[in-house]
Amino acid sequence: MKETRTGTDETRRGADGTRRDNPVERPGADGARGQVCVRCTVNGEAVVLQAYPLARLLDVLRENLKLTGTKEGCGEGECGACSVILDGELVNSCLVPFVQVEGALIKTVEGVADGERLHAVQQALIECGGAQCGICTPGMVLAAVSLLERNPRPTEADIREGLAGNLCRCTGYMKIFGAVVRATEERMKMEG
Amino acid sequence: MSDKNIGKPVPRKEGRAKVTGAARYVDDLDAPGMLYGVTVRSHVARGRIREIVFGEGIPWDEFTVVTARDIAGTNAVALILNDQPYLADRVVNHAEEPILLLAHEDKYLLEEARRAVRVDIEPLPAVFRLEDSLAVKEIIWGEDNVFKSYRVEKGDVDGVWDAPGLVVVEGEYATGAQEQLYVETNGVIATASAEDGVVVQGSMQCPYYVHKALLKLFDLPEDKVRVIQTETGGGFGGKEEYPSMIAGHAALLAWKSGRAVKMIYDRAEDMTATTKRHPSRTRHRTAVTRDGRLVGMEIDFAIDGGAYATLSSVVLSRGTIHAAGPYNCPNVRISSRAVATNAPPHGAFRGFGAPQSIFALERHLDKVAAAVGLAPEELRRRNFLRRGETTATGQVIGEEVDLGALLDRAFELSEYQAKRERFTRENVGSKIKRGIGFASFMHGAGFTGSGEKYLQSVVGCEATSEGRVRVLSASTEIGQGTNTIFAQIAADALGLDYERVEVVRPDTSQVPNSGPTVASRTCMIVGKLVESAALQLKQTLAGAGLLREAYTQDDFARACRVYIERNGALKSFSQYKQPEDIEWDDEHYRGDAYGAYAWAVYVAEVSVDTLTYEARVEDFVAVQEVGRVIHPVLAAGQIEGGVAQGIGWTLYESVVWADGRMANGQMTNYIIPTSADIPPIRVHFFENPYAGGPAGAKGIGELPMDGPAPAILNAIEQATGVSFNYVPLTPETIMEALERETVKAC
Repeated sequence: MKETRTGTDETRRGADGTRRDNPVERPGADGARGQVCVRCTVNGEAVVLQAYPLARLLDVLRENLKLTGTKEGCGEGECGACSVILDGELVNSCLVPFVQVEGALIKTVEGVADGERLHAVQQALIECGGAQCGICTPGMVLAAVSLLERNPRPTEADIREGLAGNLCRCTGYMKIFGAVVRATEERMKMEG
Repeated sequence: MSDKNIGKPVPRKEGRAKVTGAARYVDDLDAPGMLYGVTVRSHVARGRIREIVFGEGIPWDEFTVVTARDIAGTNAVALILNDQPYLADRVVNHAEEPILLLAHEDKYLLEEARRAVRVDIEPLPAVFRLEDSLAVKEIIWGEDNVFKSYRVEKGDVDGVWDAPGLVVVEGEYATGAQEQLYVETNGVIATASAEDGVVVQGSMQCPYYVHKALLKLFDLPEDKVRVIQTETGGGFGGKEEYPSMIAGHAALLAWKSGRAVKMIYDRAEDMTATTKRHPSRTRHRTAVTRDGRLVGMEIDFAIDGGAYATLSSVVLSRGTIHAAGPYNCPNVRISSRAVATNAPPHGAFRGFGAPQSIFALERHLDKVAAAVGLAPEELRRRNFLRRGETTATGQVIGEEVDLGALLDRAFELSEYQAKRERFTRENVGSKIKRGIGFASFMHGAGFTGSGEKYLQSVVGCEATSEGRVRVLSASTEIGQGTNTIFAQIAADALGLDYERVEVVRPDTSQVPNSGPTVASRTCMIVGKLVESAALQLKQTLAGAGLLREAYTQDDFARACRVYIERNGALKSFSQYKQPEDIEWDDEHYRGDAYGAYAWAVYVAEVSVDTLTYEARVEDFVAVQEVGRVIHPVLAAGQIEGGVAQGIGWTLYESVVWADGRMANGQMTNYIIPTSADIPPIRVHFFENPYAGGPAGAKGIGELPMDGPAPAILNAIEQATGVSFNYVPLTPETIMEALERETVKAC
């Protein structure tokens, strides 16, 4: 198996329910023709990655770097399970072509805690019951971290809007809102 | 028994792994030399397979190809009637029916190959609508399309209708399909060989269902099949039966290829091909005295089961039993049928038939109240079941139940009366119409009737020589908190710290069969077995003279160490025994349908924008009695999550069907609620300990799915003056109805 290979999985259905055919990129005989090398920083570490230019950042993170905390929920930018922070912006990594991340700073869920010490958002999600099945949680953690970076004292409306790109099917969101409020308070306390 | 952990918000066992991204779901795992597997499906709803053509340009000799002919055992997913094939052989009965499996190490080439297979199918007449199936427009299953029918009889309903002084009210109500939409799609990894047997790990609710299905598919002895649940990203019923299908497919490919095979559905495949909530239609005919006493209820309940029987008979059973609600009515008939259509089989989804029949009843009772000039709450108060009275199946309510108190509390928290009056006043001339409505209901915990007796669930507890305890059960953690509450229950039974108890990952080679993770049974039924297995550990140590009545955790650890040195291991197992006072007559559908019920009153406040026709839920109050609350945060989380799914089912989640296939199988156009759509959900528990549950707990998981739909539509009726009797209620439907009203008014 060619470990480094990634590509775009374009298996999607149109609204009429039929499969839409999109060309899938195939490699040449060497298995790597057409791939490109990209330098970027992931969770503070400089890396050089090789993949097809239109490979999804999601797959490169999961397959090349084994950072499997980033999840695929829908593959079409609707659910936010694959959220990462790219140069300070929250993005759906299933919609980011690999070639676009040259020189970028990327933060995944694996880079949120400070070693063993959880981020205030992570701690609050545990305490407030904001994580149930956990599959949306990595994306939700990054959405909340990103929100607090941009807006350290969000109102309830800010929280609702800040998390609206991240779908959760378990919690009904109440306990996630509660966790963001608690994390905000904890950070304010720490900052005196 | 201590009280250190139960009732306290201890941290979720796997919480840290989930918030750091360290938790491993099946797609995060690999196996050496692994292939990927895909499914070639029917594109025709019903027909005869004429030919399978492997297209050009694909190196087919590199692929593992499996058809029905490769199946050594039985080509049927073992469940109840075993009528659903793993792979269609000569005929297909729904679009998306699996026909052929492919495996290859290159998942991109594999996708090209899937598209290159052409299955030539001669179409046969198909049935897509519930009413067409009931009318037997075409026979597509058995002799009459009916998977199952029930009749519940109480009193003499036929003698009611002509009695003088009664008001008779009729109504018809319907509900649509709903996709579970767990955020992790179905997926498994399988290995298989004649020497080692079949091993499947994956996302699932019921490891022993998958185990049973694989035994039959491969015709293997029990010890040659092993099923392991990986961290599971939500289920809601959608991973009750379907994992048996995908596990079988991956295992067939693994068996033939001799390699490990990973199958992970993409979102489109998961949405279109796997199970959904059964669409339903309910007719009510109700006789009521002029002062609002229910005298007769005749209910006709029908559900669309899709192409194969699968779980429809049991979904129908729960829907049937809940159809007459928590009311005391002397004469009741409930007739029900589950019928076939040429859609992918509908299956388990939180509530399991009850949300459908409760929606109909709670809409209908508002209509009945209006017919006799009573407020909706007054009609219900006059008929609420009380201790000593009987349900539709003749079950005598033995526990103290006070639905009136739940209603009072729900009305107080929601300011129901004041808002109802204010909205009536303010809606005149306003572009935004507001309304408030409610529903009162119950939900039975555990398998219906004799189900638990036949399951004979077993739970084990094992102590280590360090005095730690491991809970052994097949009940899965799928987000609802199984690991956490089982640890709380075992810890309190033994007087240990929560941290000293571990819940073992379900693996059929390691844990006994504690039954499926369904039917609001995990806490009440299996949790009780956890409690008794833990207590047995203590008794064993006491019986060996190693533990006194009062002991510290160190004493316990010392006793475990000595016992294990002497005897090798310290384990206990507890098996379910049905309490003797539970009696159920399966033939006549009479008796004690459930060991216990949870009771609830939910209030919804809505707004309807008369320019956009958008309906929104603005506030929601959920008041319930679920016995003792084991974990206040997890319990509230269950209610809030269920209410959110209920809001989705009511206002947003519309499955669009085109010839028996879901046409909007994408998150882009099948809309579930976001953080911007959900109102504040205020949860309040009444605690009334139930002797049959661990520390007094009853079931909780499905209950919150039952109330939102009728409460919201009752509120929308106040807001708009229009009685809507179908969910999902989309803006388009509201627009048509309100425009009709406007035309009438002109």
